[in-house]
Amino acid sequence: MSTGTGTRAVLAAPAPARDGAARTGWARTVLPPVLLGVVAILLWQGLVTVLAIKPFILPGPFAIGDQFVANLQNVLNGSLVTGRNALIGLVIGAVLGVLLAILSALARIFDEMAAPIVAAIAVVPIVALAPVLYTMFGANAETARQLVAALAVFVPVYFNTLKGLRMVRPVHRDLMRSYAASSWQATRAVTLPTAVPFVFTGLRIASSLAVISALIAEYFGGPVGGLGKSITSAASSSNYGLAWAYVLGSILLGLLFYCAALGLEKLVSLRRPTP
Amino acid sequence: MTTTSVPIQPAVQVNGVSRVFPGRKGVSVTALDAVNLTVAPGEFVSLIGPSGCGKSTLLRLIADLDTPTSGDIEVFGKTARQARIDQDYGIAFQQAGLLPWRTVTGNIELPLELHGAGKSARRERAAELIELVGLTDFAAHYPDQLSGGMQQRVAIARSLAESPSLLLMDEPFGALDEMTRERMQNELVRICAETGAAVVFVTHSIPEAVFLSNRVVVMSPRPGRILDVLGVNLGRMSDRGENLREDEEFFHSVSRVRELLHGTTPTGARGVETR
Repeated sequence: MSTGTGTRAVLAAPAPARDGAARTGWARTVLPPVLLGVVAILLWQGLVTVLAIKPFILPGPFAIGDQFVANLQNVLNGSLVTGRNALIGLVIGAVLGVLLAILSALARIFDEMAAPIVAAIAVVPIVALAPVLYTMFGANAETARQLVAALAVFVPVYFNTLKGLRMVRPVHRDLMRSYAASSWQATRAVTLPTAVPFVFTGLRIASSLAVISALIAEYFGGPVGGLGKSITSAASSSNYGLAWAYVLGSILLGLLFYCAALGLEKLVSLRRPTP
Repeated sequence: MTTTSVPIQPAVQVNGVSRVFPGRKGVSVTALDAVNLTVAPGEFVSLIGPSGCGKSTLLRLIADLDTPTSGDIEVFGKTARQARIDQDYGIAFQQAGLLPWRTVTGNIELPLELHGAGKSARRERAAELIELVGLTDFAAHYPDQLSGGMQQRVAIARSLAESPSLLLMDEPFGALDEMTRERMQNELVRICAETGAAVVFVTHSIPEAVFLSNRVVVMSPRPGRILDVLGVNLGRMSDRGENLREDEEFFHSVSRVRELLHGTTPTGARGVETR
């Protein structure tokens, strides 16, 4: 778990007036991966063309690109369905994770009760629950997929938040005691703000998990329309280029979620003014 | 033990206090052994001794951040616990312990906010204290934008927020460089003269203890005991300034404290091995 980055971002001092450095830094961090990507795509296309690889084994990137552009509306619609499930799951899982972590941090007993259950949730291949959930909520509803995403999100959010809540520095604890602050006052003034960067680190990890879980859950049944279902149906009708176009769509959707969470994390950890 | 024959209530009264920490494998550590100490209102008393002599423990007991194994402590005639609840003291630690997500103003306002002071009263008091510690230009800065000395000044301003009649300071200048340290000492002397608060000041610097104090309490380790209490005749707080450091009496007091710490006096057979 990369909770360390969260703390470091908070502790990092502001660096004023490094505009020029930032611009060259940007070029240095963005250019190499883009270049590598272009080279890889050209190499891929070259291999497919030269070796005459059959499209059902591996279509060329240009063919995939063609299909992607031609079916942009379908890919978008699929992304909307899957993205909506992932987002609802993310919100439910995150809210539950944060609330239960606060409860665990406040009451030792609750923590001891919850620990084995949370560990069990962390170990269970959550996506495997999908078929069971489909029978519970009916095969026509998206509920099962959203629940699968929520469960997947819950675990990293819970653990990261709980860790953050326990990161209160001893000097701050002494200070709150010297102020004769009530436990709720101490929680609000010190514990929660200390935990916030950790919560967002958990959210960043959870964001891509939400998309993956919502998408994989589609493989096990439920209504048509999402990216997962589209990938399977395109592949089974031998439309390999289209299947790959949907895969590309799901990668982009996952990236969108991840980048949004990352941006939020950066925004929060920059510096938080007094409420 | 010097007992003040003045009828007024002492700021701090420590009666036969011991603190034993239960150690591993049944080996307990006696941090303090039957300590008696009286601090008069407005008096500046330093606790000095090698590390492990229990000076910080004694301060934490007075602050009711810890409870004595035996003996009792009175602060302004109340139990230490009641004095903490009534906010009779302000405290500053070796680490500034500022909340990184609050500005300088926000940090100083924290105790006032916790105890229900109104917004405008808070702002006013914070501005006053920021001026007292000479940080007017930095009121809106965040702690990580300040130097260590400035952070410590904010912490001192925060400890003064509710105009306590007793200040407890646990090596507040311990982490500062020598120059900053002397400047902070000059400021502390000025602030004490202005506020008239009694101070219990933990330090391991002999010149610091002598420069600041009316009385220096010399302690010895294992078990933590008071070796001797030394009166310092350097005049009133308001008259103490930079040139005092060149004073004959200053040097004389420094060497007396040093002799006590090195155990060359008849009472000081203990604690020789550490210095």
